[in-house]
Amino acid sequence: MKELSLHILDVAQNSVSAGASRLDITLREDARGWLTVTIADNGRGMSPDFLARVTDPFTTTRTTRKVGMGLALYLLAAEQTGGRLSIDSAQGQGTTVTATFDRNHLDCPPLGDLAGTVALLIQGSPELELHYCHTAPGGEAELSTVELKEVLGDDISLAEPEIFAWIQNYLSEQEAQLEGAVQER
Amino acid sequence: MKSLEELRAIREKMKQQMDLRGPNEDNIRVVVGMATCGIAAGARPVMAAFLDEIEKRGLKNVTVSQTGCIGVCRLEPIVEVFVPGEEKVTYVKMKPDMVPAIVEQHLVNHNVVTDYTIGAAE
Repeated sequence: MKELSLHILDVAQNSVSAGASRLDITLREDARGWLTVTIADNGRGMSPDFLARVTDPFTTTRTTRKVGMGLALYLLAAEQTGGRLSIDSAQGQGTTVTATFDRNHLDCPPLGDLAGTVALLIQGSPELELHYCHTAPGGEAELSTVELKEVLGDDISLAEPEIFAWIQNYLSEQEAQLEGAVQER
Repeated sequence: MKSLEELRAIREKMKQQMDLRGPNEDNIRVVVGMATCGIAAGARPVMAAFLDEIEKRGLKNVTVSQTGCIGVCRLEPIVEVFVPGEEKVTYVKMKPDMVPAIVEQHLVNHNVVTDYTIGAAE
């Protein structure tokens, strides 16, 4: 995975597969360049036994084969920068995956296309209540599907290509401003 | 700056189109593999390219959706196209620049882009 946003897309897909109806994706950057990414869902959660081996690449819920690389790669990406990965999960309540990255570290992947990730997640699961928030010293990028649904009403699905395009543009403008503000410092 | 106001305008436009359209039976489905293997191989820009092209052409009878691992990770990104009454077609090793040809030739004109299919790759 070349971008953190691709890891986020991958880990968030697990939440969707776990039957989550609500997903919170939060990125917080501090002035020293530390980034905390939290992906929290209210899906079915994991058993303590599964949780204990979930970052092992040979652990998966797939029945067709024995490898599952998603969280293993995410753990590697965080630890390569001197950061950490922690996973809290309770059966029937949900899962929260928190990872920290040192963005000034040579091995830290770029954030990448966060707007594209969020837009695709919404397009793929239009019923999901998704809250996205990215804060950095220079400002904030934010989107909630609750707000979008208030505007669109019940008869227009968030999966429509027109809506996908709008979400992508709306968020990439906000992200560009954030990134610009970071570079000015 | 994009705003929620603009989204409201999009809604009004789409509502009018929906009234014209009515229920649609010949719905074409485009399914993109979006598991770890697909994402790592570049499925996200491929998916975005399909949505973009479909919006540009104003195709109302196409739905784009995501699925997990299709099972041949080495050929990802994989896209499956289901046209009612025709056989399922599987496109492999997809790149965004291959998307316009598939939309134009396959989704609009019903001619499979044979060069990009799994049969041509094997």
